[in-house]
Amino acid sequence: MSAAPMTMVGGLNAGLRASLDHDPRVLLMGEDIATLGGVFRVTDGLAKDFGDQRVFDTPLAESGILGTAIGLAMAGFRPVVEIQFDGFVFPAFDQIVTQLAKHHYRSAGHTPLPIVVRIPYGGGIGAVEHHSESPEAYFVHTPGLRVWTPSDANQAYLGIQAAIACPDPVIFLEPKRRYWDKAEVALGTLSADDAERMWSSRTLRTGSDITVVAYGPMVRTCTEAANALAELGVKATVIDLRSLSPLDLDPIFASVRQTGRCVVVHEAVETVGLGAEIAARVVEECFYSLEAPVQRIAGPHVPYPPSRFERHYLPSIDRVVAGVVQVMAG
Amino acid sequence: MTEGEHTEPLHLLAPDGSLSEASSALPLPPQLLEPDLLRALFRDMTMARRVDTEATALQRTGELGLWSSCLGQEAAQVGSAHAMDERDFAFPTYRESAAAWVRGVDPVALLGLYRGTTHGGWVPDEHRFALFTIVLGAQVLHAVGYAMGQQRLDSGGAAIAYFGDGATSEGDVHEAMVFATVTNAPVVFFCQNNGWAISEPVHRQTTVPFTQRAAGYGMPTMRIDGNDVLASLAATQWALEHARGGSGPVFIEAVTYRMGAHTTSDDPTRYRPPGELEYWATQDPIDRLRLLMINREVAAEDFFVEVQAQADALGERIRAAVRGAEDPEAGLMFDHVYASDHAQVERDRQRWSAPFAEGGVMA
Repeated sequence: MSAAPMTMVGGLNAGLRASLDHDPRVLLMGEDIATLGGVFRVTDGLAKDFGDQRVFDTPLAESGILGTAIGLAMAGFRPVVEIQFDGFVFPAFDQIVTQLAKHHYRSAGHTPLPIVVRIPYGGGIGAVEHHSESPEAYFVHTPGLRVWTPSDANQAYLGIQAAIACPDPVIFLEPKRRYWDKAEVALGTLSADDAERMWSSRTLRTGSDITVVAYGPMVRTCTEAANALAELGVKATVIDLRSLSPLDLDPIFASVRQTGRCVVVHEAVETVGLGAEIAARVVEECFYSLEAPVQRIAGPHVPYPPSRFERHYLPSIDRVVAGVVQVMAG
Repeated sequence: MTEGEHTEPLHLLAPDGSLSEASSALPLPPQLLEPDLLRALFRDMTMARRVDTEATALQRTGELGLWSSCLGQEAAQVGSAHAMDERDFAFPTYRESAAAWVRGVDPVALLGLYRGTTHGGWVPDEHRFALFTIVLGAQVLHAVGYAMGQQRLDSGGAAIAYFGDGATSEGDVHEAMVFATVTNAPVVFFCQNNGWAISEPVHRQTTVPFTQRAAGYGMPTMRIDGNDVLASLAATQWALEHARGGSGPVFIEAVTYRMGAHTTSDDPTRYRPPGELEYWATQDPIDRLRLLMINREVAAEDFFVEVQAQADALGERIRAAVRGAEDPEAGLMFDHVYASDHAQVERDRQRWSAPFAEGGVMA
């Protein structure tokens, strides 16, 4: 294995390349992904190197992309589709929810659909409407789908390969505001065991005062908040969920039994978001260890606002610090 | 209406059992008149109709939750399904029970979907026949994707997508035709225009012939008499050969009629104009093939008696098997949600299997 500093875009590109190399059944399809290399350049150079039968542009029709990917999977391929932006996945929602998620169940296990749906998601880049959504709860709520999200370049490199190797459909959410963040990427072949481990949460730092749970774009925010909290004398554990479906909650329960306090942070609307599920499960499992109510730091119940509002909308380091301080006082 | 003028559907076999003059638009290959093939088509349509009437009866006695009858559409389905070879794959709606019969799907397995014991019922790859799809038009995209896969595998196979007149209004069908034409995918769009989408007549879906719309995407089209099994077979054979040979997709509109209700929950007397059913009864697909076979002396009375006996035996087998079917064990509800273990499913499987007193959810 060699390590190289890469952006998340670079990590994804390298991970896709490794999967295309490894398995001839892997196809990449989507809007503008071939000649252009994707609007974020995640697939840059792959059409040239793997040919237009394996990396190809589709008509501009998201339901069509998902529906034909399902047919390709039925023919034995492993399609990786790109939805250009989070807000454009909804025309494909029917194919994802009524067809993709249910087919393995309906066929009594005879026809798996190993499809990865890559979606750049989340805000923070000053984008126009429909380009900053966090739709993860819809997919986590749907049995039959797996949902995964990386927080840095190395996680993206490993995670995309694990998602492609998975026999189930995977909604792969890419935090677009972290696309250009650099990290050391450990290049090399992902073993089956390595891939399996990607479906667990990971503890980034351990502190005895509070358990901070985050995923995707909020992991960096929470890590930086934990640094600030340390200066205030608050020792935080930070857990990156990575897999949103299935949820790997045992490490969170174990941590909360130590700390007695928990906050969950996400960009998506707080109401019936991932934080609600995690808070409920933490209360069920750790009720007698809790020193304070589980707090959610998340989006308000408004549509994703025009970008000049987003610094008020998105959980910031300051909001996470303030929320943790409040829970510590509870 | 000039551009939108409906042309007379192409036919080979008239309601009186006579063969039409061969036309260049839809030639009649001589092998379609082989006695063995005619007998097989007759047998399949008769058996499919028996499945249909038995299923309706089973629903009426509470053994099935619902049934969507294909009564009257046997020629469209049996003819088109007979055109498939071992490389092809069909993608049906929920009304293709006659096509399913031709593809070898056991009617008892198929009725599991309507009894509520399964959402599927058969192994698609074994029959080269996908599971029934209830969401209108969704499977048409699957057919196109499958066809795009055959291009990459260089298999020489094609896909056939079944859908109805109502589904043509769905965005997925439009997208499917866009994808199919721009990729030149080997797929046959087989639209059974049965006159009604529950209570909505065809003019609620289109102001021009469906074939005109399809031609706009850039593919050859054919409008055939869907109650003529020879036309259905000949047109689909031509279309599949066109697709398999690399010439791209084809659209076929089979003009037929839904002799029954939309489903057993529907009441067509609320919307069907008087006389319509009576007219279509004179167009019956099985009757006209019987007349042809008698005229050409490819079958005598003993053949028809034998087929009827086989159909009755099938009906009895279906009735006994469906009535005797046990409800599935509760734990099976948790199987196959994922192809690999998933923490939330396994947690719930355990909670549902444990008694309430031990932390389970069941009293």
